[in-house]
Amino acid sequence: MPSEVALARWQFGITTVYHFFFVPVTIGLVYLIAIMETLYVVKKDDRYKQMAQFWGKIFLINFAVGVVTGILQEFQFGMNWANYSRFVGDVFGAPLAIESLLAFFLESTFLGVWMFGWDKLSKRMHVASIWLVAIGTTLSAFWILTANAFMQHPVGYTMRDGHAEMSSFGALITNPQLWYEFPHVFLGSLVTGAFVVMGVSAYQLLRKRHIEVFQPSFAIASVVAVAASFLVMVVGHEQAQYLLVSQPMKLAASEALWKTSGSPAPWTLFAIIHASAHKNTWMIQIPYLLSVLSYNRLYGSVPGILELQQQMAAKYGPGNYIPDVVMVFWSFRIMVFAGALMFFASAWGVWRMVRNRLVLSRRYLKWMLWATPLPFIANTMGWIMTEMGRQPWVVYGLQLTRDGVSPTVSAGEVLTTLIAFTVLYGLLAAVDLFLIARVVRQGPVADDHGDEPESLSPVAL
Amino acid sequence: MTLESLWFAIIAVLFIGFFFLEGFDYGVGILVPFLGKTDEERRLLINTIGPFWDANEVWFITAGGAMFAAFPGWYATLFSGFYMALFLLLVALIGRGVAFEFRSKVENKAWRTFWDWVIFGGSLLPPLLWGIALANMMHGVPIDQHKNYVGSFWDLISLYSVMGGVSMTLLFVLHGALFISLRTSGVLQERARAAATAIGAWATALTFLFVVLSYLETDMFTRRGIDPGVVPVLAGLALFSVQFFIRAKRDGWAFFMTGLTIVLSTITVFMDLFPRVMVSSLNPAWSLTIYNTASNPYSLKVMTIVALTVVPFVLLYQGWSYWVFRKRLSSDHPLEY
Repeated sequence: MPSEVALARWQFGITTVYHFFFVPVTIGLVYLIAIMETLYVVKKDDRYKQMAQFWGKIFLINFAVGVVTGILQEFQFGMNWANYSRFVGDVFGAPLAIESLLAFFLESTFLGVWMFGWDKLSKRMHVASIWLVAIGTTLSAFWILTANAFMQHPVGYTMRDGHAEMSSFGALITNPQLWYEFPHVFLGSLVTGAFVVMGVSAYQLLRKRHIEVFQPSFAIASVVAVAASFLVMVVGHEQAQYLLVSQPMKLAASEALWKTSGSPAPWTLFAIIHASAHKNTWMIQIPYLLSVLSYNRLYGSVPGILELQQQMAAKYGPGNYIPDVVMVFWSFRIMVFAGALMFFASAWGVWRMVRNRLVLSRRYLKWMLWATPLPFIANTMGWIMTEMGRQPWVVYGLQLTRDGVSPTVSAGEVLTTLIAFTVLYGLLAAVDLFLIARVVRQGPVADDHGDEPESLSPVAL
Repeated sequence: MTLESLWFAIIAVLFIGFFFLEGFDYGVGILVPFLGKTDEERRLLINTIGPFWDANEVWFITAGGAMFAAFPGWYATLFSGFYMALFLLLVALIGRGVAFEFRSKVENKAWRTFWDWVIFGGSLLPPLLWGIALANMMHGVPIDQHKNYVGSFWDLISLYSVMGGVSMTLLFVLHGALFISLRTSGVLQERARAAATAIGAWATALTFLFVVLSYLETDMFTRRGIDPGVVPVLAGLALFSVQFFIRAKRDGWAFFMTGLTIVLSTITVFMDLFPRVMVSSLNPAWSLTIYNTASNPYSLKVMTIVALTVVPFVLLYQGWSYWVFRKRLSSDHPLEY
């Protein structure tokens, strides 16, 4: 039987990754829908209403799964990480409570209003509702990332009686870590929503279906995608540079930099990492690039894993402070590669549309259909990199992960819930995709909210 | 009033809101397969709570978050101690949550029946578990000197706690039936009133029995945090009066009375508990109190400012959303769920 810590970590990892499949779609899609409905209200063009309702259907199916997988998240800290909760609850609990009070109430209430209120509200009130949902989702991201940013870079606290207490709320919400994390995650979500819209639109355009709806959908989404994917990279770059200050070990691990580099430092594109031997083979390196990335200069050395391990052992006591280098190195690279691909793919599309009056080649549309999973890969890899890169700390420099688990929950109980949630979430994801695929195949309908469209042939089950 | 007392009260208010609002959501969900004889009827019943249930559930999420923020010691012991019970609660809420959205998406009888029963199960299990949890909170559970729950899942199951679960469930079913009678007309409304009358008798009887058991099983009547005085008596009277309002076809008043019962009962429980949050059955000195589990005054002050600023707006716009959808549903109404 694996240890309670290992099982609790697996459960948290699996449930969070699942949750974060759906959440970026929610955040990204809601803004696109809000834009479309606003265009409908302003231009009085029914096509935009059809678009808002069509993408709205996909949004609602996805939102439901995002919400339910999120309930566990709030509970899981208390359930599996009781000692962590006791240790940082004074600081960490507040952003979670505020998230609920400020963001969840807003998005839930106004989504109910939007969903059921097409015929009951004025056009202005109705579009205002979806904008309020969008704001709600964004506030939600902000507050949960305030909490996560504290874990990565603790600020605004003092230690008393063996636990952390909040001493400055201002420091908590001005944590520089937060102001890299939040824009990065938010922009990444916009890219995710945009790629979902582009992928589904590409599917329809390849079949020449409802061009009047999917052509403008694709256009709007690709503009959002190119801008957001570019900014994601800019912020991501700054966020990685900040690691030099806040979590140098994570940065070193992401580069599999065992020994402190020389100056200038090369960037390792590829390596076979021998973690226990603390060395790499088959390295493909690009000269100067690590210095450029770290310092925006052509020189500058970066501290290595082994040197940092010595420093941390001296500071915190004997122990292994090295995270899983293989995971951190590769998750980082996959994320960056996927992110760059997304930028170029959407930039190409925008350029072609500007040049060719919105008409896109079949080959490009096929590429964009296949590109739909890219943001999901990038999002997942990003979270794996940042959370596994922080290990063995759960709160960096303050509490080790293994010290945070619930003392009275047995490994057997965690194994039970781990298996149950994994299976349940897997089934949910399958049903989610099944229902979204149906909505896509049915396509948009003239004045559609609620009932199954009678005019289309039922899809055989 | 100290900051700790204030936050005890705020969390009580959040639970009151949660039970009042999700109470009828759970009740409606339980009644769907019974009051709805056709697919059309079941769909209509689900849509009575359609615009509201998600925001209602947030009262619970906020209560949990507030516990974490204000009393992390309580949050940690409760959530890790009642691990398997919470797991069951989560499975129920997850199932129910997606079932609302998924149910009518496919025109297939087996599909829709399946999700109707998921809604039923996902609405039945939470009030049972909550009643069991509240009964255990009042009775006391094995908590050691390190504030850890040292019992098992089965320690939470006793005649007393199950009575708590059953009576709470019946009360919510009654509350839900009356909500349906306010939101529908014609044959569904008649069925809802009939269900309310039938369930009401059981709910009243079992709640009364539960109160008697509380006298025997807990120290709630002897060692009172704050003497609730007439509050529980008023709760009992409110519950008892429901049948008269139903008979007089004053559905609004009947619903108001079940709501009042829920509100006043919850207040009674919290007043009796105060200043403890989790009673230790091993040793009273080991009970969790608002004082030994609270965050530091600075955090509580920050949270107080946020709460007092935000809650009025929440009440305002949530109240407004009920106003927007005040009309009764009918079968020619487009149904979103």
